[in-house]
Amino acid sequence: MTTGRTIEPFWWALFAAGGMVAALLVPVHLFLHGLAVPLGWISLSHSRMLALVAQPLIKVYLFVLIALPLYHWAHRFRFILEDIGLHGLRTPIAVLFYGAAVVGTAATLWVLWRI
Amino acid sequence: MTTVPRADRPGLYYPKLSTTWWLRHPRYFAFMLRELSSVFVAIFLVVLLVEIHQLSRGPQAYAAFLEMLRSPGWIVFHVVALAFALYHSVTWLTLAGVVQVVRLGEYQVPPKLIAAGAFVAWGVASLVVLLFFLLRG
Repeated sequence: MTTGRTIEPFWWALFAAGGMVAALLVPVHLFLHGLAVPLGWISLSHSRMLALVAQPLIKVYLFVLIALPLYHWAHRFRFILEDIGLHGLRTPIAVLFYGAAVVGTAATLWVLWRI
Repeated sequence: MTTVPRADRPGLYYPKLSTTWWLRHPRYFAFMLRELSSVFVAIFLVVLLVEIHQLSRGPQAYAAFLEMLRSPGWIVFHVVALAFALYHSVTWLTLAGVVQVVRLGEYQVPPKLIAAGAFVAWGVASLVVLLFFLLRG
């Protein structure tokens, strides 16, 4: 129970959105990029991949795909650590993991922007 | 179960659990696995971001990165990560039916039906990504 206004709902909304993106889209991408392409089941040339990723709509899609689940991770990992007993470090843990997700978001923007 | 005061908010109490409480029951363990799935998903997405970055650096850098992903260690990681990702999808979409209450007038759509809709959406989304990748990639 909390009293007064907190920023918690903001992080929770990002957690929920990231969880949905991860649930709907991550397994198929994991299969494609983690297994199918490296193992040669699907072979794609560098130029075609680059042309695909350079499209603005694909960039927006990749941004959503990569950045949102990072907040999902931050939220869950934060509570894993609290659940195994690190209550005393509540605030530093929250700052560290949500901060990491923000850094990840910036890195995603940077990588996609440069293509 | 003992309780101790919370340092940051005096007056509030929370149960003090041992560090290994989640090993005591299969359900607790399943909960921890579900939470842990987010770590594997996040690592995969960081790898994907690095892959996109290598793609932009040129054909050699991209080929070298794919070569690295072919190593047994990375293949094992991706197989394990895929299992965790599927576990996340199944638990998340099942819960979607419980979390999202849909009412049509007096009638409340059964949670199982909403979950079923979410699973159909998952299948459609996966198929669209797969076909797009195969046809346009």
